[in-house]
Amino acid sequence: MNLADFLFYVFAVITLVSAFFVVTFKNIIYSAFSLLLTFLGVAGIYVLLGADFIAIVQVIVYVGGILILILFGVMLTNKIQNVPIKTEASFIIPASITIGAFGGILVSTFINTRWKSMPAELANSTLTDVGHLLMNEYILIFELLGILLLVALVGAASIARKQ
Amino acid sequence: MNGSNLITLSLFILFAPLVGFWFTLILGKKVEKSYLIEIVISTLVLLTTIYVTFTKLFYFPDTKFVSEFTWINLGEMPLLGKVTVELGMMIDNITALMLFVVALISSLVHYYSIEYMKGDKRYNRYFAFLGIFTFSMMGIVLTHNILMMYIFWELVGLSSYLLIGFWFEKDSASDASKKAFLVNRIGDLGMFAGILLIFVNYHTFTFDKIFMAIGNGVLPFNSEFWLTIVGILLFCGAIGKSAQFPLHVWLPDAMEGPTPVSALIHAATMVAAGVYLVARIFPMMTGDALLFVAVIGALSAFIPATIALTQTDIKKVLAYSTISQLGYMIMALGVGSFAFGFFHLVTHAFFKAGLFLGAGSVIHAMHHEQDIMKMGGLRKKLPVTYYTFLIFCLAISGVPLTSGFLTKDGILAGTFAFGLLTGNSIFAITGFFVAMLTAFYMFRILILTFHGKPQDEHKYEHAHESPFLMIAPLVLLAILSIFIFYTANPFNADSGWVLSNWIKTPASVVPEHARYSFMVPEKMQEAAVKTTEHITHSEVYTEALHHAHIPAVLLSLVLAGLGILLAFAFYQWKKIDVDALTLKVKPLYTFSLNKWYFDEFYHKTFVSGLLGISNILAWFDNYVVDGIVNGAASVTRMLSRFSGVFDNYVVDGAVNLTATFSGLIGLAFRKLQTGKVQAYVVLVVFSLVLLLLFFVKI
Amino acid sequence: MTSIGLQHYLVVSSILFSLGLFGIVTRKNAVMVLMGIELILNSANINFVAFARYGNFGFDGQLIALFVVILAAAEAAVALAIVLNIYKNFSTVNVDEIDKLKE
Repeated sequence: MNLADFLFYVFAVITLVSAFFVVTFKNIIYSAFSLLLTFLGVAGIYVLLGADFIAIVQVIVYVGGILILILFGVMLTNKIQNVPIKTEASFIIPASITIGAFGGILVSTFINTRWKSMPAELANSTLTDVGHLLMNEYILIFELLGILLLVALVGAASIARKQ
Repeated sequence: MNGSNLITLSLFILFAPLVGFWFTLILGKKVEKSYLIEIVISTLVLLTTIYVTFTKLFYFPDTKFVSEFTWINLGEMPLLGKVTVELGMMIDNITALMLFVVALISSLVHYYSIEYMKGDKRYNRYFAFLGIFTFSMMGIVLTHNILMMYIFWELVGLSSYLLIGFWFEKDSASDASKKAFLVNRIGDLGMFAGILLIFVNYHTFTFDKIFMAIGNGVLPFNSEFWLTIVGILLFCGAIGKSAQFPLHVWLPDAMEGPTPVSALIHAATMVAAGVYLVARIFPMMTGDALLFVAVIGALSAFIPATIALTQTDIKKVLAYSTISQLGYMIMALGVGSFAFGFFHLVTHAFFKAGLFLGAGSVIHAMHHEQDIMKMGGLRKKLPVTYYTFLIFCLAISGVPLTSGFLTKDGILAGTFAFGLLTGNSIFAITGFFVAMLTAFYMFRILILTFHGKPQDEHKYEHAHESPFLMIAPLVLLAILSIFIFYTANPFNADSGWVLSNWIKTPASVVPEHARYSFMVPEKMQEAAVKTTEHITHSEVYTEALHHAHIPAVLLSLVLAGLGILLAFAFYQWKKIDVDALTLKVKPLYTFSLNKWYFDEFYHKTFVSGLLGISNILAWFDNYVVDGIVNGAASVTRMLSRFSGVFDNYVVDGAVNLTATFSGLIGLAFRKLQTGKVQAYVVLVVFSLVLLLLFFVKI
Repeated sequence: MTSIGLQHYLVVSSILFSLGLFGIVTRKNAVMVLMGIELILNSANINFVAFARYGNFGFDGQLIALFVVILAAAEAAVALAIVLNIYKNFSTVNVDEIDKLKE
């Protein structure tokens, strides 16, 4: 077992265990912090897959942006003074059975499928290539995403503002 | 000059009044002045008609404009063969003349009514009704087939009904409208039967095709007898619409309508439609049918003339005189004097409409007093009305220099010639006698109304000449009653443009031996007309007319003069005591005053008879039919009871079982419908799992 | 044990997906539902990047992963705005109490 394989298992365990905690913690603040760990784990997996740029974006956007947003959401929607910031769960048993079966089917399918693997050579850094693609082939999508973010920004502000 | 636009223009003439009717009627309640639509449209129609009529008569006197399209194509029918029904329009000379008469009098009556009907609470509706009448009348005139004619025929009956009963608050008016409608229906029934017989035999409604078929020797049921029957049945329509004996009883009652309506519908145009119908079907009338027509015409000329002698209601006298004049026309057609019969229709329309409008003017001035015994001396108060009325009276009496003289003498000469040719002089005698009666009763009402001393001082004081809009139509109609518009020679119309160019007797198409003897070409006529072996058919009749003309003119002049003199002697100079004479011939006087007891007779026989039959039928209905029905009802009820039991227990049981089952299933599944999104997601995933298990090999 | 390959990453991503789904279905708090959605998006991203690495597709997979991240950011912003609105209207963010769909 080389280092890369070992690191994979480490990150996989971090990701899955923290994800499990995300969905099981009663306290929503704990869940949010577990989510931080999950995102970091996923970022590690990206690095192992040779996608360093995506990994950095993952850390910046998810950990620095989305997670903070979620925490704001938690703070704004719970009466912190008097109510414990806890959430309850429902449908635990039917959901566990159904989703367990679903996950089982997915995992077994992935394992049993004979994948045709053609690993690409690991480049030193993907930054240059991703940048070229982004500014050439995907320029339209890139611009559209910029507009989409603007629209989302305006839309979110418009939805959330006080009447 | 191109005649191709005439059909298009006559489409406008036909449908514009309908448009006017709808707009005036719909806007009538909201817009106070909506009658102006109808006035404007009627003026436009008049102008268009003048163009159409004179283009047709002056530039295309020998062309017949026809435009038709196939309305219904039934294809090959069993028993009937190929059946198509065409709708279409035809403009020939008599159509054009008739169009002019209808449009002119219609618009004059429109203008006249503006003043006459002023203040009526249904003012706009009145004009709307005039519009639909004009539409229907134009339809009768313009159509080229008998089916459309029948449709418009009924529409004319409807508008007549609406206008007679215009003041329906009065019982007499609503009764009169019903009477007019029902009596007309009797005639129309005959006409309908005739149309059906024609269709069964010729599979077409178009006049020209029918005539062509008859000309080719195709007879209804292969017999001339049936051709006669068809002619008489069609003529029944004319009997009803033109108020001929024995269906003349509705016209005097129809005088309950507004006077301008009487002038338009019940004097000049609608009642003339019967004459127009006979003129249209003239070529297919056999000698026997024409003789029937002539007899009806003679009776209708004579009986109302005798009734008119004693009536005191000015409009009733005019109504009887209308029937009498229509009888003249019908009789003229019946004796084969087609041209004069139709010509009289035109001239009579003008002076009779004028007489009614004049009477309307008098009635208007006298505050709706119609009894001539309560008038008198109105000459000074209503000078224009008086002089125009005088011209109309001279015209209807057949005094020279008037239009009436031309046509009436033509008709008399026609009957005279008929007498010469066939030896049957009863029509000539009737004609001359009625001419005298006409002159007498027309001058009777003229003298009683306008001469002498006022009988009702109060009303006399308040009488005043009518306003311009009522006077102008009178003057125009009076001008049109002068000979100069019809011929340059005031004593003989033959050379005038109306007869020499416009009105031509259509050739008969019936088999030769079924015609009048004088309508038969030369070789057939020796036996019939002994004295004129050496001349041809058309010359026979022309010659006879020529011989008849001078004596007819002289005789009729003498008789008309006698009638007028008698009227003056009775009522103006009082040389003869009317009351004493009345007492002397008391039974005759009462007989005439009570209109020959026609109404009573019809009431006793037909109306009571119908009521009796109805009573018997009602009894039959109550006891026999109802008994059967009730018996059937009881049986049905028993069956129903049994069926009900079956229904309640077996059928309902099955239905309820199904419902309960569905309910149970629903109860089970209702739990799933929680309204919670997450529950739905679980279900979705569950279904997905099931699908995956089914499709994916694990 | 074989060397780490495509299958390992796929298994990780599918477990992550199931966990995310579980979170969406079971948690009552709407913010928690959002977290579940983020988990699902991450699992999808792992798939994209893994296929890009092992599928010889060049960098397209990575770029799509990048776009997904951007979309996730936009989605999170809008979704949180909606959650705030719901909170204003219903005074709760518990999705099981918001059962207007039943009516």
